[in-house]
Amino acid sequence: MKIAFTTTGTTLHAPLDPRFGRAARFLVYDTDTRAAGVIDNAQQLDAAQGAGIQAAQLVARAGVGAVVTGHCGPKAFRVLAAAGIAVYTTDAATVAEALERHHSGALTALGGADVEGHWV
Amino acid sequence: MNGHPHIAIASGKGGTGKTTVATSLARVLGHGVQLLDCDVEEPNARLFLRGDVQESRMVAVPVPVIDETRCDGCGECARFCAYNALAAVGGAPLVFPELCHGCGGCVKVCPRQAMRETQRRVGMVETAEADGVIVIQGALDVGVAMAPPVIHAVKAHARRDAPAVIDAPPGTSCPVIAAVRGADAVALVTEPTPFGLHDLRLAVEMTRTLAIPSAVIINRAGSGDDRVQAYCRVEGITVLFELPDERRIAEALARGAVLVDAFPEYRSRFERGWKQLVAIATEHHA
Repeated sequence: MKIAFTTTGTTLHAPLDPRFGRAARFLVYDTDTRAAGVIDNAQQLDAAQGAGIQAAQLVARAGVGAVVTGHCGPKAFRVLAAAGIAVYTTDAATVAEALERHHSGALTALGGADVEGHWV
Repeated sequence: MNGHPHIAIASGKGGTGKTTVATSLARVLGHGVQLLDCDVEEPNARLFLRGDVQESRMVAVPVPVIDETRCDGCGECARFCAYNALAAVGGAPLVFPELCHGCGGCVKVCPRQAMRETQRRVGMVETAEADGVIVIQGALDVGVAMAPPVIHAVKAHARRDAPAVIDAPPGTSCPVIAAVRGADAVALVTEPTPFGLHDLRLAVEMTRTLAIPSAVIINRAGSGDDRVQAYCRVEGITVLFELPDERRIAEALARGAVLVDAFPEYRSRFERGWKQLVAIATEHHA
C-alpha cells in the first residue's frame, strides 16, 4: 500500500508537515516495494480557498491508501473519505518517525476531521 | 458621469470613520439621497439613520447540483472549477457550495449535461427610509464568507436618478472592489497615524487601478502627525477636510447620533466636500 506523508522536505528524514492542504509536499512511501517518491503541493500553497480539497484529489490520483499528517480539516476529510483513503494524524517530528509509528500500529485512523475548516 | 453622482466612502484601515462620514453626507444631502451600506459583514449605517424597513429581499447565488444518473465521473467540472468547489475522486464529484462563486462554468463544461444550478441563500438586502434618506443595507448571512454577491445586490437596488453615498467595507480586497467599482468618485477616510497612512497608500493604489478619482478626508486630526497631509501633497491628492479628534464627537456617535446632527457646525464641511467630490468626478469623466 502507498502512504502519503505531509512533509516540508523530500526525504524520509525530513520534518512531517502538520498541515495537510497546504503541506509543501507529499512523500509517498510504498510499503510493498519500500520505494519513496515526492509529490509537489506548491500549487495549493497559493490557493485562496479549497487547498485541502485539491490536495486530497492530488493524493487520490497518486493511488495512496492512507494519509499520515498532523491535522485534517472537514473538506479534505470528506474528499479523502470519498476516495477510500484512511487518514492518520500524528505529532511525529519526521516522516521516518511517523512511518515507524504507523508500522508499529501506534496510529489510529481518524473517523472525521480533527480540526475546523478555514471557511464557513 | 451617468445621471446623479454615486460616491463611495472607503478607507483602507478599518475604524477610521467611513460610516461617520457617509451618514453625515447623506444627512446634508437630505431628501431622496440613497445611502448604500455595502459593509455587509457588519452593516451599521442604520444604527445612525433609523427608520422602518420598507422592502426586504433575499440574496442567493447559483450553486451546482449533480444528477448522478447522468454523471459518468469524468471530472471535467472539478478540473474547470477555479474555486476548488468541486472534487472528483471517482464517481459523481463532491460539491462544496460554500466555496462556489456561482460562475456557472461547471454546468457549461459538463459533457453529459449532468449539472444544473440551484440557489443558495447568502444574505438579505433591506431598504429603509430614515427622514427622507433611503438606506439600502446588505447583510451577509452568518457563516457565509463571500460578501461580493450581497454587495452587488445592494448596488443593483440603487437608482441612478438620485445621488448615492456608498459606505464601503474596510480594506482593499474583493468586497471593497465590489463596493467601489462603478462609483463616480471615492472619498478615502483616514486618520493621521502610521497605520492610517499605510492603508491609505493601499487604498489610493486601489482607486488608481480602478481609474476612479479620489480625495481624502482626515478624521481624528490632531491624534497623530502630519505625514498623511505630506503624502497627499506629494501625490497631488485633494484633502477635502479634517474632523478633529474630540471626545464629545466620540460620545455623540456612541449615542447613535449622526455627526452633523450633534454638531451642525460641521455641516458646511460635508456640503463643500460633496461638491468637491462631484466636481472631481465631473472633471474625471469629462
